[in-house]
Amino acid sequence: METRMLNVKINGRDYQVPEGTTILKAAREYAKIEVPTLCYLEGISEEGACAICVVEVKGARNLQRACLAKVGEGMEVWTNTSRVREARKLNIELLLANHPKDCFTCEKNQICDLRELAAELGVREVKFPRTRTEWLPFDDTSLSLVRDPNKCVLCRRCVNVCAKVQSVYAIDIAGRGSNSTVSTFLDEGLGNVECVNCGQCLLVCPTGAITERSEIPDVWKALGNPDKIVVVETAPAVRVAIGEEFGMPDGTQATGKMAAALRSLGFDKVFDTDFSADLTIMEEGFELIGRIKNGGTLPLITSCSPGWIKFAETFFPKVLDHVSSCKSPQQMFGTVTKTYWAEKMGIDPRKIVVVSIMPCTAKKFEKERPEMKTAFHHLQEKLGLKDEEAFNDVDYVLTTREAAQMIREAGIEFASLPEEDFDKPLGESTGAAVIFGATGGVMEAALRTAYEVITKKSLAKLDFEDVRGLEGIKSADVDIDGMTLKVAVANGLGNARVLMDQVQKGESPYHFIEIMCCPGGCLGGGGQPISHNPDIKKRRAEAIYREDAGKPIRKSHENPEVQEIYKDFLGEPNSEKAHHLLHTDYCDRSCK
Amino acid sequence: MIRNQLLVCAGGACITSGEKSVKDVLVDELKKNGIEDEVQVIETGCMGACDLGPIVVVYPEGTFYQKVTVKNAGLIVNEHLVKGRTVGELLYTEPASEKRARTSGDIPFYTRQVKRVLRNCGAIDPLSIEEYIARDGYFALGKALEMAPDEIIRVLLDSGLRGRGGAGFPTGLKWKAAREAAGSPKYVVCNGDEGDPGAFMDRSVLEGDPHSIIEAMAIAGYAIGAEKGYMYARAEYPLAIERFECAIGKAREYGFLGRSILGTGFNFNIEIRIGAGAFVCGEETALLRSIEGKRGTPSVKPPFPAQSGLWDKPTLINNVETYANIPQIITNGAEWFRSVGSTKSPGTKVFALAGNVQNTGLVEVPMGTTLRELVFEIGGGIPGGKKFKAAQTGGPSGGVITAEYLDMPIDFDTVKEIGTIMGSGGLIVLDEDSCMVDVAKFYLGFTVDESCGKCTPCREGTRQMYHMMERICDGNGRDGDIERLSKLADVIKDTSLCGLGQSAPNPVLSTIRFYEDEYRAHIYEKKCPSHVCKHLLTYSITPDKCVGCTACARQCPVHAITGEVKKIHVIDQSKCTKCGSCYESCRFGAIRKE
Repeated sequence: METRMLNVKINGRDYQVPEGTTILKAAREYAKIEVPTLCYLEGISEEGACAICVVEVKGARNLQRACLAKVGEGMEVWTNTSRVREARKLNIELLLANHPKDCFTCEKNQICDLRELAAELGVREVKFPRTRTEWLPFDDTSLSLVRDPNKCVLCRRCVNVCAKVQSVYAIDIAGRGSNSTVSTFLDEGLGNVECVNCGQCLLVCPTGAITERSEIPDVWKALGNPDKIVVVETAPAVRVAIGEEFGMPDGTQATGKMAAALRSLGFDKVFDTDFSADLTIMEEGFELIGRIKNGGTLPLITSCSPGWIKFAETFFPKVLDHVSSCKSPQQMFGTVTKTYWAEKMGIDPRKIVVVSIMPCTAKKFEKERPEMKTAFHHLQEKLGLKDEEAFNDVDYVLTTREAAQMIREAGIEFASLPEEDFDKPLGESTGAAVIFGATGGVMEAALRTAYEVITKKSLAKLDFEDVRGLEGIKSADVDIDGMTLKVAVANGLGNARVLMDQVQKGESPYHFIEIMCCPGGCLGGGGQPISHNPDIKKRRAEAIYREDAGKPIRKSHENPEVQEIYKDFLGEPNSEKAHHLLHTDYCDRSCK
Repeated sequence: MIRNQLLVCAGGACITSGEKSVKDVLVDELKKNGIEDEVQVIETGCMGACDLGPIVVVYPEGTFYQKVTVKNAGLIVNEHLVKGRTVGELLYTEPASEKRARTSGDIPFYTRQVKRVLRNCGAIDPLSIEEYIARDGYFALGKALEMAPDEIIRVLLDSGLRGRGGAGFPTGLKWKAAREAAGSPKYVVCNGDEGDPGAFMDRSVLEGDPHSIIEAMAIAGYAIGAEKGYMYARAEYPLAIERFECAIGKAREYGFLGRSILGTGFNFNIEIRIGAGAFVCGEETALLRSIEGKRGTPSVKPPFPAQSGLWDKPTLINNVETYANIPQIITNGAEWFRSVGSTKSPGTKVFALAGNVQNTGLVEVPMGTTLRELVFEIGGGIPGGKKFKAAQTGGPSGGVITAEYLDMPIDFDTVKEIGTIMGSGGLIVLDEDSCMVDVAKFYLGFTVDESCGKCTPCREGTRQMYHMMERICDGNGRDGDIERLSKLADVIKDTSLCGLGQSAPNPVLSTIRFYEDEYRAHIYEKKCPSHVCKHLLTYSITPDKCVGCTACARQCPVHAITGEVKKIHVIDQSKCTKCGSCYESCRFGAIRKE
């Protein structure tokens, strides 16, 4: 059916917009007029809470919320009358009267929507007395995120993202009126509820009310300790986003500059998580092949994304046997560094500090999981270590934002740095590993390897277009020498839930499923730079696939360093040693 | 053989003043006299005259006994029923004429009323479906089921019935929209989340005549094409919930609810949903979320519930009093309904009369009745010979009607013109001792507490207004405060998301409109003309009236008064907490309050 076009007058000019268009969309897209918003996130947070986007509609008694009010035939809209401007300004003032004035030290200082709005609307004084008389306590129960309720403007973007995009429902509004706060179940704190630490709430928070738990001081301390060998690993999605922090165009491939910058910061070795991503493909690919050949539990589901893992443990504990036992690349990397590399280099693993730079906040939680001390357990007997000397495989996790902050603090001119390479070994990677950063990437990488291992033939076309792109759920039938492998890819936990409901009911038609916690995959992770570009995920994904296309080796099993580690250390993929070091198990976190 | 019936008012107020024990005494005394088989005791819904409770009416005579206590209840049995002598001391005495009223028909409080919505309240046993049927109950449902749905809606449109919840939207249009909306299933909801301070119209109907609501909801279900209804009641109304639940059970038993009602193939059922005490859940979109089990926060309209309501399905939502009108309109027709009331607001309106008025309670009058009739004829005027100052209507969303409008006919439109609203029917009478700034502050405080907190203007704006009002009442008002209040009020009205926020500034705006001089006195002269605002009061002793009795000094809790016996006393202003004890204790009028 053809959409009816409606005539609308905005600020005196005539436009035609399709029926069902909101005033906001009509103004922004058709009239190219900016209507400021605060609580609005298209398709996610459309509640009309902030009352900033109000506009005057002829004939309407009250100002209308542009984000919710739909255009009607013959409607006359005014977005810029003094009544509108005064109302917007006053509502911002009301919010500011209830907001701490510590912008200088606020983490969101340069990217605060509230500050930006106040500036844009010309708020030059707050005529109202301060309403907050005592400070509310922080929620610092989470290993990944910290919430400062004092900076919260109750826009509900975080609540809606958690519920509608991630289907986690860890946070909601509690209390009434001016006592309302964003809270968790019984105010237990994010660390004690179903929160999966994805940090999507942080990305959409317009103020500094949600930030990551910073590990910058710890890393500076380690770098300054001459007794420590501090190595850094960088996740695939970091290199296509970190440039944004330094004013480079969206979608810049900054791999070489990033390596150079990290070396300048004083890391002893600059390694690449992409190496262990290739390792993951070997382990997971062989796990898949094994399950198919031996009639094991299918579909097999990927396990790289710690937010997804906690989600599965919380909401789908009965079907955890579907989830691959492979550790995530970050954790494989930590283990391999403190075992294989330490042994190879003759270094006491206790002296090694592994710092990983991740697009992710959930990785901060993951590294603290009690299972993630494999290197210690592996070496305990050999080195005669006491239980209290236990160390994590990965010591510190920095988000992309934190890494950029350290680079800024060190006065490094990121954009003008010459490009450098990663250190070897543990620095070599393939195109298959790079694409881990985008939704569908793990699937594509696994298919490249599985195809060649199963068929022993060379794959003619490496690009599996069907599993690329930002749609929430993608599926494909892949022909492997006459056998049809049915695969699906989900990004965002709301989409994961759809596929998991099928799995739980025993109705999943797939053999292999890739799930990434964050929308877009890791490139859209909660640790990434905060961007106002609606196409940012697309730009970052393009950069990732460009990086893949430019790699001389694009299949994980062809990574010479990976081949070497199997030859020298692990034996075969899925060998007993590989299982011991590179695989893990999961626990039931559902409420009982 | 029953020869007499004792109707005992079991409305909320009468229960609080001891109705249960009175009833027990009556039953005991009947037994003692061996006439328990001849006299039936029936507990009814609210009879309306709350300050006269507990009330017992003896039928068939209709003798109206008021303020019955455990001590004198026995007289009704032993004197009236056994010896046939009216108990004079329990009759109501009209203060003006000092005449005793034998029946409610002799009491002006009742004679001026037109009972339609409340016709069964206090007249029947709400737990008895038979008594409801005996008063033409469920006749309308039977009639409606023989009509085409559009015909029913036509009758409603012709009747001109407007929503009694407060806004006065034409009910027929709502029904029409719900009928025409695409989507299935559809729902019928009854808004029984009556929350305005002092209002209890809906509670009385639910407690006193629950079947009328069930009947109306079933008719609504048939008219719009719904099979499921929800009664949303406040948790604070346990008796209403209990009686309504009982009525649902009876209606099912009798086939007025359930499958194929009256053999027509029309199915309808009602479920009760109990609120959790949030005022904002009286706002329809918030109420619907609450029924869905979600946090009760309002959402922007459109879409209206008729298009997208409960679980995004077309939903008809009306207030209790609106529904209570429906069966009678169907039975008697649109013309009958229009025979009372004003042209644009036909029918009656129930008011909860409270405040500084002689007779408080529930009154039902034709729309267009003047405030003077309500306050002076039905309400019996202001106690203590004080002067009438204003009436507050519409609760925290409303404003005041001042003395100059005493003769204005009250309906949806007239009150709007003077800056207040009809609201659900709360009517609080204020006498000359009321401080209008303080009254407005009270209502604003209520909204600050009850704002859901969703939208900025309501959450942050109302409390900033409240701070200003507090400052003004505390004697810290500043030049420009009236303008600041008005400006903030305008933006809150203009940009709040729901009716609660949009109307929250009304009490302040309305009092500024009519009593700006009082605001100015508070702000500029630091005086409260009505001597209410504590911080603006000074107590002092008039030397030539003080006899030195020491009563005031002995009463003062902070020892602010000094003076020897038979000598003039003095108040130390720096110590005085303005509690007023001295003022109360002085028998010589020597304490001056200003």
